[in-house]
Amino acid sequence: MNINATLLAQTIMFALFVWFCMKFVWTPIVAALEARKKQIADGLADAERAKHDLELASKRSAEILREAKEKAGDIIANSEKRGSEIVEEAKNQAKVEGDRIIAGAKAEIDQEVFRAKEQLRTQVSAIALAGAGRILGREIDAKAHNDLLDKLVAEI
Amino acid sequence: MSSEAHTSAEYIHHHLQNLTYGQLPAGFERHGADGAVEALQQATWTVAHTSEEAKAMGFWALNLDTFFVSLLLGAIFMLVFRSVAKSVVTGTPSGLQNFCEWAIEFIDSSVRGSFSGKNNMVGPLALTIFFWVFTMNLMDLIPIDYIPLLMTSLGVPFFKVVPSTDPNATFGMAIGVFLLVLYYSVKMKGLGGFVGELTLQPFGKWGMPVNLLLEGVNLIAKPISLALRLFGNMYAGEMIFILIALMGGAWAGFSVSGVTLYGSQILLSLGWAIFHILIVTLQAFIFMTLTVVYLDMAHQEHH
Repeated sequence: MNINATLLAQTIMFALFVWFCMKFVWTPIVAALEARKKQIADGLADAERAKHDLELASKRSAEILREAKEKAGDIIANSEKRGSEIVEEAKNQAKVEGDRIIAGAKAEIDQEVFRAKEQLRTQVSAIALAGAGRILGREIDAKAHNDLLDKLVAEI
Repeated sequence: MSSEAHTSAEYIHHHLQNLTYGQLPAGFERHGADGAVEALQQATWTVAHTSEEAKAMGFWALNLDTFFVSLLLGAIFMLVFRSVAKSVVTGTPSGLQNFCEWAIEFIDSSVRGSFSGKNNMVGPLALTIFFWVFTMNLMDLIPIDYIPLLMTSLGVPFFKVVPSTDPNATFGMAIGVFLLVLYYSVKMKGLGGFVGELTLQPFGKWGMPVNLLLEGVNLIAKPISLALRLFGNMYAGEMIFILIALMGGAWAGFSVSGVTLYGSQILLSLGWAIFHILIVTLQAFIFMTLTVVYLDMAHQEHH
């Protein structure tokens, strides 16, 4: 239990251990702890940000969806309107065409009737002349009785 | 060591003697194991075989057991922590790293609790003190006869395995702390500030001698109390282990008293060892905390 040079040796050893601990033990481990603390803090902040982003994105997607629905509705309404318009137009066109065809046919018929009448009239005048010639027993001079014939034709 | 020839006093004496290496002066009379007396022709460097020899070696001697055990313990502690520090990961820590991180955070939080200044040295200092003192104290829990018995059979006369029962070890550390206190006192307050602190209070400049006396005692008391508290606790604990061990040493064949003493040695050692775990840890913690507090005082400007 004597105090001797061990005292100095212990003091020096103590100093060396403290120095070693400070330089090679404490500093790296504390640095790692600090780094981990920072990592965790960053992670939490990231999570918070991601949550916020997600909220924004879902809000935005809902908006886009609503817009798309609106647009689709517009398109459908437009196309329906356009469809009925086309149908209407077609109907009108068909009607006009029909009318035109009917009018043409009618004109043709009238013409035909007129021509038949004309033909009939000529034939009737010829028959009348032939009948009158027989009755009179002689040739009727068409030239001489032209005005008479014309009058007759006009009467028929 | 507990051969029949030893008396209780010799047993205790043997257990409390450090293995000392030093120089015996010329003309010193060595008593051999067979009782022969041999006067040394010249000064000799050797290992002391008796406490008288150890005493005769004077200051320039080394307690080999204290030195090497504390060196070994400190080295183990440093290597364990260094191995963790080398492969430290910031991700999920495993096994040993968990332990080291826990230890460092524990020390760091108790340093933050009592140290208000900013100094990167205090944390590692506290860590070193705590674990070094703790492991040195822990040696006290090794059954007291094992290592001396082993060493005697190897031809080593003494071996005191608990470095903190050697005042050299505790005073060695306390002196280290004291030097730091002086260094930081001067660094933080300037030489004038430090001298002023020692001389100008509590009684103002007219009470200078009284102030110096009071503050000087206050200053010197720090390392002395630090060293003596640890030494006293560990020495007393060791002493009680020795005394308990003596009960079983009284064994002399089967008899009522013999068996009773032997049984009570077992029970008492167990009880004292369990209680001692508390003292071992507590003394290490107190040494650390007081060091931090003293350094904190050294850093603070005086009121």
